[in-house]
Amino acid sequence: MNEHLDRGPRSKDELAADVARDIPHGAFVNLGIGQPTTVADHLPVGSGVVLHTENGMLGMGPLAHGGPHDPIDPDLTNAGKVPVTALPGASYFHHADSFAMMRGGHLDVCVLGAFQVSATGDLANWHTGEPDAIPAVGGAMDLAIGAKQVFVMMTLFAKDGSAKLVPGCTYPLTGVGCVDRVYTDVATFEVGPQGARVLETFGTSYDDLLARLDVPLGR
Amino acid sequence: MRVCADTDEAVAGVEDGATVLVGGFGMAGMPVPLIDALIRHGATDLTVVSNNAGNGDTGLAALLAAGRVRTMICSFPRQSDSWVFDRLYREGRIELEVVPQGNLAERMRAAGAGIGAFFCPTGVGTPLAEGKEVREIDGRTYLLEYPIKGDLALIGAHRADRAGNLVYRRTARNFGPVMATAATTVVAQVSEVVETGEIDPEVVVTPGIYVDRVVRVTT
Repeated sequence: MNEHLDRGPRSKDELAADVARDIPHGAFVNLGIGQPTTVADHLPVGSGVVLHTENGMLGMGPLAHGGPHDPIDPDLTNAGKVPVTALPGASYFHHADSFAMMRGGHLDVCVLGAFQVSATGDLANWHTGEPDAIPAVGGAMDLAIGAKQVFVMMTLFAKDGSAKLVPGCTYPLTGVGCVDRVYTDVATFEVGPQGARVLETFGTSYDDLLARLDVPLGR
Repeated sequence: MRVCADTDEAVAGVEDGATVLVGGFGMAGMPVPLIDALIRHGATDLTVVSNNAGNGDTGLAALLAAGRVRTMICSFPRQSDSWVFDRLYREGRIELEVVPQGNLAERMRAAGAGIGAFFCPTGVGTPLAEGKEVREIDGRTYLLEYPIKGDLALIGAHRADRAGNLVYRRTARNFGPVMATAATTVVAQVSEVVETGEIDPEVVVTPGIYVDRVVRVTT
């Protein structure tokens, strides 16, 4: 375990860059809506990574900005409904095929945001459970159980200071035991059947984390 | 297979209480002119199956605003521009069944493929598993999912020939090919109708056997 004590927490950019660094060369990857999308900006040239978007494309390129080489096309969007581009070698397919390749274990990595992750890898990221909230799951449950490896990106603590790495999720679950790794501003964790283990810390120590989290932490 | 003169002819005969599959992911592939024709037709008490529950004030959102939809079956109703659905839901004027996106596609695929039900790992251990039959197969847990069949499917494709063969455009393909298999009457709006034989059989995405009516629209 590496404790980086001579610095502060990771910025959003640094976090995205560290996730990108851990994606294997040539992997087929789905990046969830929101912060995970920014991982694409940090994939090195020649990474060979092929991006999947669940609305029916492999080989998704950067966002379209309406220039001569990246025209805005309402028929070409990502899962967040934002116009994107297609890279050479891209392919299109319908929704049942798109989720079959996900559920069938053909995607190598999926990166998702989360409200909470449990030490054993349960994920809560679709619904706050508040009575007046309109539930909307999208592809979150399919993604959570489909990819070979699931990475979560989040802050370790909510705005009210409560920890988001928890013994058991209190928000409604998206998937059970599906998360492999959790990248946060202050630490990276491995989670799973053996519980949580700290891989790296940023501007905080292992002992600080032990004191602030309600879960046993390996190192 | 009939090439219709206009969108009103294309949606003729839909009955009150019908289940209508509406293609599109956000606005990509959403058959807005066909939905406008459905509004003019007047059919009401509809169950609508679509990925989202309307964007802005046009298309599916306009059908909802007209008060024609009793039940919405979708994966992701809540969006930044879903104010029409949000209001109806909060006022208790519409029923909602939230279905994970891959299950939505696969349940329609099953309907179109003559599958009575299927076991799927998506959603195990989550609130969306409530009331569903559970089965262990080879050490993994699955939920029993039933088909979703439509009386009518309204889809957006790019080009049709007079035999009803369809090709789509980029990620506007999304749910179209699956919905085309899963409804009693399938209506496709296209940008172009060509003579039979002018679409290379190697590139046909939806074979004409699934398509009942085609109408050309200018968008």
